[in-house]
Amino acid sequence: MDNCLLQMKNIEKDYGGHKVLKGVDLSLKAGEIHCLLGENGAGKSTLMNILFGMEVIHSTGGYSGEILIDGKPVKITSPKEAMKANIGMVHQEFMLIPSFTITENIKLNREVTKHNPVSKVLGERLKTIDTKTMNADARRALDKLEINIEEYAEVAGLPVGHMQFVEIAREIDKTGLEILVFDEPTAVLTESEADNLLATMKKLAAEGIAILFITHRLDEVMEVSDEVTILRDGELVACKKTSDTSVEEIAELMVGRKVELNQKEKSSSEGDRKVLMDLKNLHVNMPGELVKGIDLSIYEGEILGIGGLAGQGKIGIANGVMGMYPTTGEISYNGETAPLNDTLEMLKKDVAFVSEDRRGVGLILDESIALNTVFTALKVKEKFIRNFKLFKMQDGKAITSHAEKMIKDFDIRCTGPFQNAGRLSGGNQQKVCIARALTQEPRILFISEPTRGIDIGAKKLVLDVLVRLNKELGMTIVITSSELAELRTISDRIAIVAEGKVAGILPPDASDAKYGLLMSGISDDPGKEEK
Amino acid sequence: MKDLIMNKIGLPRLIITSLFLGVFFLGAALGLPVAQQITDIIKRMGMYGILVLAMVPSIQSGTGPNFALPIGIITGLLGIVISLEIGMTGFSGLVGAVLISLPFAVIVGYFYGRLLNVVKGAEMTIATYTGFAAVSAMCIFWIILPFQSGTMKWPLGKGLRNTFPLDNSYGLILNDFLAFEIFGVHIPTGLLLTFFGACFLVYLFTKSKVGTETLAGGMNPNFAKASGVNIDRNRIVANILSTVLGAVGIIVYSQSFGFVQLYLAPLMMAFPAVASILIGGATAQRAKVSHVIIGVTLFQGLLAVALPVANEVFPEGNLSEIIRMVVQNGIILYALTKVNSNGK
Amino acid sequence: MENKIKPQLRLQEKKDIKEILRQNIVVIIFTVLTVIGVILSDLPFHFMVRELVSRIGRNSFLVLSLIIPILAGVGLNFGIVVGAMAGQLGLIMVTYWGITGIPGILLTVLIATPVAVVLGWQTGVLFNKTKGQEMIAGLIVGYFANGLYQFVFLFLVGTLIPMKPGTPMVKPDGIGLRNTISLGSKHGEGMKYALDYVLQVNVWQLLIAAALALIAFKIIRNRKRGFKTPVASLIPNMILVVVSLVILLVPTFRMLANIKAPVVTWLLIVGLCLFNILIMKTKLGQDFKAIGRSQHIASVAGINVDQTRIIAVILSTVFASWGQIIFLQNIGTMNTYGSHMQVGMFSIAAILIGGASVTKANIWQALVGVILFHSVFIVSPTAGKVLFGDAQIGEFFRSFVVYGVIGVSLGLHAWKAATAKKKEETEE
Repeated sequence: MDNCLLQMKNIEKDYGGHKVLKGVDLSLKAGEIHCLLGENGAGKSTLMNILFGMEVIHSTGGYSGEILIDGKPVKITSPKEAMKANIGMVHQEFMLIPSFTITENIKLNREVTKHNPVSKVLGERLKTIDTKTMNADARRALDKLEINIEEYAEVAGLPVGHMQFVEIAREIDKTGLEILVFDEPTAVLTESEADNLLATMKKLAAEGIAILFITHRLDEVMEVSDEVTILRDGELVACKKTSDTSVEEIAELMVGRKVELNQKEKSSSEGDRKVLMDLKNLHVNMPGELVKGIDLSIYEGEILGIGGLAGQGKIGIANGVMGMYPTTGEISYNGETAPLNDTLEMLKKDVAFVSEDRRGVGLILDESIALNTVFTALKVKEKFIRNFKLFKMQDGKAITSHAEKMIKDFDIRCTGPFQNAGRLSGGNQQKVCIARALTQEPRILFISEPTRGIDIGAKKLVLDVLVRLNKELGMTIVITSSELAELRTISDRIAIVAEGKVAGILPPDASDAKYGLLMSGISDDPGKEEK
Repeated sequence: MKDLIMNKIGLPRLIITSLFLGVFFLGAALGLPVAQQITDIIKRMGMYGILVLAMVPSIQSGTGPNFALPIGIITGLLGIVISLEIGMTGFSGLVGAVLISLPFAVIVGYFYGRLLNVVKGAEMTIATYTGFAAVSAMCIFWIILPFQSGTMKWPLGKGLRNTFPLDNSYGLILNDFLAFEIFGVHIPTGLLLTFFGACFLVYLFTKSKVGTETLAGGMNPNFAKASGVNIDRNRIVANILSTVLGAVGIIVYSQSFGFVQLYLAPLMMAFPAVASILIGGATAQRAKVSHVIIGVTLFQGLLAVALPVANEVFPEGNLSEIIRMVVQNGIILYALTKVNSNGK
Repeated sequence: MENKIKPQLRLQEKKDIKEILRQNIVVIIFTVLTVIGVILSDLPFHFMVRELVSRIGRNSFLVLSLIIPILAGVGLNFGIVVGAMAGQLGLIMVTYWGITGIPGILLTVLIATPVAVVLGWQTGVLFNKTKGQEMIAGLIVGYFANGLYQFVFLFLVGTLIPMKPGTPMVKPDGIGLRNTISLGSKHGEGMKYALDYVLQVNVWQLLIAAALALIAFKIIRNRKRGFKTPVASLIPNMILVVVSLVILLVPTFRMLANIKAPVVTWLLIVGLCLFNILIMKTKLGQDFKAIGRSQHIASVAGINVDQTRIIAVILSTVFASWGQIIFLQNIGTMNTYGSHMQVGMFSIAAILIGGASVTKANIWQALVGVILFHSVFIVSPTAGKVLFGDAQIGEFFRSFVVYGVIGVSLGLHAWKAATAKKKEETEE
């Protein structure tokens, strides 16, 4: 393969001992569209960060392996160098200044300037902006994309699809662009806008630009790409010609069975299940995790897993139920209609919530384990309170003894109940979060990403705790996780969320391909439950 | 070990403590009466203490140091002026002033809290200018309000005096209550009891249910929200309390000073109070009652000893005033640089 | 987000009167206030105009020094107080050496500028460390620097810094400077009017000349670009010419007609206006604009945000130091420990009254602001006296206006930012 434009060979990277890329190869030919696929955490972003010389790579010890461009080894240590190596990127979130014109955005920090008498003395930065030439350049780039918008219009009023094209125009305006990376570009677009974009990608490829396309929409992959590379857990799983493979195969390769963990035995018999909570047409406006109409029934006493790729809305469900983000739709709980957007009311109804954002929402880092543990119960149930009629005081003794009990029960490794939560390790922090939820004595527990960022031993402990609560106390648990493997270990049923909706509900032992397809949003019959 | 000390105490506090001790011993070496110096330190601590205490609820609620302290001070001054106008003296006068100022403080504190909820993220700046504007608006009222009492009015012309004595009403009444001398040090028992009593009440507040919720809301709004806390309401409650403490603080201050100062006197009073609590170890996001006691002792203590010492070394000019400006504003700047780095 | 943003045609939007009123509400309120004040105060009109002309020359430069940091997203630079101190430092030294006139001014600038650069740089570094809190940091920086300033001029002067004993500006005991330093009582003596009196021209003649020059400039520029100049765009200038002519020629306005303007000072102000416009047409100006709109996006695009912010603050500080020199040469007496302290708040209040905000400002807002703010200043004591029988009330009202307008403007900014954030969260 000597006609390769870009080759990345045997790339390895670890973050503090944790290997996130394990010898990945990637090669890209001029004029091809190459799809990079994988679940969250498979290593796609890390690979791209390496390609772009991002700060985060080099501040954490760099990477090993080789990058070749046009057959010559290069070392890219900053985004600037990536730009010099003719690599461009269209970001998922737009890097556009709304009140600037299209031209100004396309030329941001690459303005065309000309000398004036002052700049000759005082330096480059005082050169005059050459608006005329800049507009002409911008026009040329827009024309190439066949976009009919005025280059002097402000970006602020443009539809999202056009903003995306401004981003692309900026990249192709860079002279000599050879490689263009699209990072989930269609995620924010409407269908017709996405079609436009795909057509443009083909056009650019036809002009000889190599395109690296990151997406989770498998139908798009099949439609435009020449080759696909699939990563899983930091490893290269496959690199195939698109024509040699199928959606099913790709889906299966993406998911894969990671670790064989002991399957949990079925807890309740199927027939006499009682619906504890019913979500109807739930919309949650959580930025980055929009929920766009979920219908889901949660049965009493079950462990329901919610899976799906990042940004698809699975995280939004629990947050919406708890009223953390603006929510519409209908929630019925225990046969009654539950209030929307009212966290306190939900908590009072014995619904507990452990947030996915442990450090941001789950804990007060600068406060003691004790306060963190009792706070919700103190607020909602007025436990640990001494009531003096006129005012209510904390019951310090009760708080301490309860915290000590929790520390013992959950084996929280700490110096005592008054240690600050921020000082604990991730796993122990998670236990404090769970302890807080349990102190509330809930009937149903929403727990999101319970094992994110904690080590493998602690992971098992946390999951064991959940299973124990479910079995011994009969607590209903709704666990949301990006790790399909762990969902399959402990859940009775798993709902896969894609594009803000339930794509399907699967039993834990369904095939990898089925999971993979649902995660890509491909379902023949949404809502239908597989038995 | 060195790192531990630095982290635990913090560089600014270390510098100010050494400065304080240095000046203190320099004064002793220069032959200034040590007992007198200690007397001054204690008196100033008690005088300024409650004003500094007003910072605790506002910081704990997450609105940052109460730079709008002048608002509370004005309501306190209003309480004094009205109590004198209706001829109250002695202890009942003092209590009367507090009681009269309370409704004013609660009402303006409420609206001030509402205001802060609207301008989240810029509380400190807005608070400063709200305080300034309130002081200058009140200046107009000191002139036009129809007070008649002879001690307070200008003999000629309109309005209240800039400064008037409290010696015929309740000046020094707390300072002299159960006061005694030990080794030549004058102990203003009543003043100290009032200060520590107020400290204890604020401590109780922080340990109450509302106080706990307020603290959680200030430390991590998202955490509090997830537990169903009404953060905005608690911020208002905390700022009402802070405003009330400002009112009580200026009444205690004035009786201790022996004079009431109106017009522009409250304008800059927030800054030394903010600086004190910061010196005590608080940050713009975190404060405890202990920070108040440590901070007011260190900062006012430093100023109390610096004054005679500076006069001894530099008979001309006001060196202690310069020390106050540099230390006070330096520590506030230092705290501001920490606002962002704390992961906000 | 998808689907919801409708394509908007960016045609020439017709602004209705309501919208225009809403956008200029501050200016309108203060115009009304000024008119009321003028009517109430009953001051002779020519006195007010004379006073205003001298205040425009005195204060405009300082107010204009605020524009660049606003555009660069640093906000209202309360730190210009520090620049003013640098200017005073220069003035003190030059006065001490007894250098007068233009050489004196030049030397003052020569001393003040490097000091202002260093102080501005330090202030900029501090602003970078206190992002989001720049405005209160700037205020406190002023107080902090004032402590150091007092230390230098009250204690080091005459001790570490030797001064000839018996110099009038030094206190009788030889340590520290006096509270007020005279820069001379009339032109030619010391620095008083060193700039203002280089060339004094009748203000109306000057206005006529300027207006005519502007008209000529517009016509020539448009002809170069190849289109005719619409007469309507020249009307304001023509009105100015006509009004000036009337004042000059009608005997009723005799008292008004002989007011003179300091040409050199005004030219410097025009120069700074031009600088503010031209700098925005350079790469540096484009960077100011970019970091002013979004620090994040600008830095992703490779702009050194922190460095650019520091440059903005340095420029502002240097201009403020020059502005303070212009201010004091007009006043003639320096309040050693006080002249600089009000500079920040008064200038900021002025630019806000002119219609600027924390994120938007231009030279017209600065100039209109100076005129309105100082009109209120001139009339409020007498208006207070007439209204309440007490001139003090007018003065307190004045400072209430200063604090109030800053507070309200900052509050509106924070409120808008907060609601925009909320809107972003709820609108998808």
